[in-house]
Amino acid sequence: MTTVTYAGTPVEVDPEGFLSQTDQWNEQIAAEIAAEAGIAELNDRHWLVINFMRSAYLENGAAPSIRTLGKASGVPIKELYDLFPKGPAKLAAKIAGIPKPRGCI
Amino acid sequence: MARRRIGGMSHRIVIVGGGTGGTLTANRLHRVYGDEAEIVVVDRDDRHVYQPGLLFVPFGLEQPEGIVRSRREQLHSGIEFRLAEVDRVETATSAVHLRDGSTLPYDALVIASGASLLYEETEGLRGPGWGEKVFSFYSVEDAVALRDALRSFERGRLVVNLVDMPIKCPVAPLEFCFLADWFLRERGVRSEVEITYATPLDAAFTKPVAASHLGGMFDQKEIALETEFATGRVDGEAGRLLSWDEREIPFDLLVTIPLHGGAPFVADSPGLGDELGFVPVDIHTLQSKAAANVFAIGDAASLPTSKAGSSTHFEGETLTANIQRFLAGEELEGSYDGHVNCFIESGFHKALLIDFNYEVEPLPGRYPEPHVGPLPLLRESRLNHLGKLAFQPLYWHMLLPGRDIPGVGAQMSTSGKHLTPSGRGDNE
Repeated sequence: MTTVTYAGTPVEVDPEGFLSQTDQWNEQIAAEIAAEAGIAELNDRHWLVINFMRSAYLENGAAPSIRTLGKASGVPIKELYDLFPKGPAKLAAKIAGIPKPRGCI
Repeated sequence: MARRRIGGMSHRIVIVGGGTGGTLTANRLHRVYGDEAEIVVVDRDDRHVYQPGLLFVPFGLEQPEGIVRSRREQLHSGIEFRLAEVDRVETATSAVHLRDGSTLPYDALVIASGASLLYEETEGLRGPGWGEKVFSFYSVEDAVALRDALRSFERGRLVVNLVDMPIKCPVAPLEFCFLADWFLRERGVRSEVEITYATPLDAAFTKPVAASHLGGMFDQKEIALETEFATGRVDGEAGRLLSWDEREIPFDLLVTIPLHGGAPFVADSPGLGDELGFVPVDIHTLQSKAAANVFAIGDAASLPTSKAGSSTHFEGETLTANIQRFLAGEELEGSYDGHVNCFIESGFHKALLIDFNYEVEPLPGRYPEPHVGPLPLLRESRLNHLGKLAFQPLYWHMLLPGRDIPGVGAQMSTSGKHLTPSGRGDNE
């Protein structure tokens, strides 16, 4: 594990930069991770997805898939790609401070 | 596990689904309660498919008739089997409503209705080209159609596409790739075929230890990987697979693993399911979040572990104990730890074996006896392949009747496992 400092707070991250401990997350940290990924400013639609990701993870213990996001977050898949370019499920998970979507192996 | 009988009092337990989870739960509960509980299993057909066998059908390694038996005949006598389609569950009144207009009231309900294949969620998937260039292997009929297509497939682009998680048997797409590689080499046409695996995840192996041990398998077998590919549309006529971010993969033969969801009645049951129709439950007790007297098991449950026969088997022990506790007015036990183990066929008469739970990812070591095995974890071996083949009789004769398999505990053990990626002390 490596420690990095976001918004003045040291946090532990895995080799890909995902927070190791979900409870170390806050909104300023989210904004800094987003900025690193090239999203200069998080708008209401970003936050809708980020908050959905967090609550789904805290409820079920797994990061939602892109299909689940498209069905349940209130943001259609096409727009998810505009908000979180390239890999919305993975990038939104990173900004939301939860583990990336994974298979079983 | 305490076995208790409640003198003179009869419980009515309804189980929706006569597959792996429903059958083993019914048989376990019947053994506990005998005549003191009325157990009804509802299913819309009487065909119990040994689903791990579906993977082998396309390669001619398993005959379709060899993997289907009567659901009714897997249930102990004294359990009622009801052939009917469920319309909806009303948790407020504790009743299952059937399509034929009748109603099954329950004291405890088990949702064991598995996963459905949501082909319609991917545009074009069942359109032109289905059955000609586009196939699947998640039903007996589809697996047979794919077998017939593969027999005459000698050159071109074979694409295996996982639409999105969660799916049942999450390793099956990888196994399909490995077996296809083997099958085409055996037939001497491998050099004429490009195999591509397209996945929405960011790698074929997404857990760090598995990735460090197995990451090279796709290169070795010359299978191309297309990662973070979120399938948007299939153009079966032109042979094009298209992603939401406008990538395109051409194919001559597409094997799709469609989006999965719960049984259709779950969506029609107020408050029972999530957005895909899986039933949210407490991940350790298996009690549904919709009502205290409703439980879910196996593929139907929204659990952050693999949807597989082995997890369902391990869940069965917790579920049976908790239904007894619930009916006796006692507190539930949170004993299910997410334990799964799966054989992964890798072709050439070899297989891998993985063993993991909610907390601990697949690690190298030995199974089921620490240090002894005989089966090696996270490594290819012939013995694992034989283990996979030997599992079918165990499934019908041990797992479904609700017996524990000797040496195989419901809770995962870390004993003898190498807990770090570098811990490859397995020098056999």
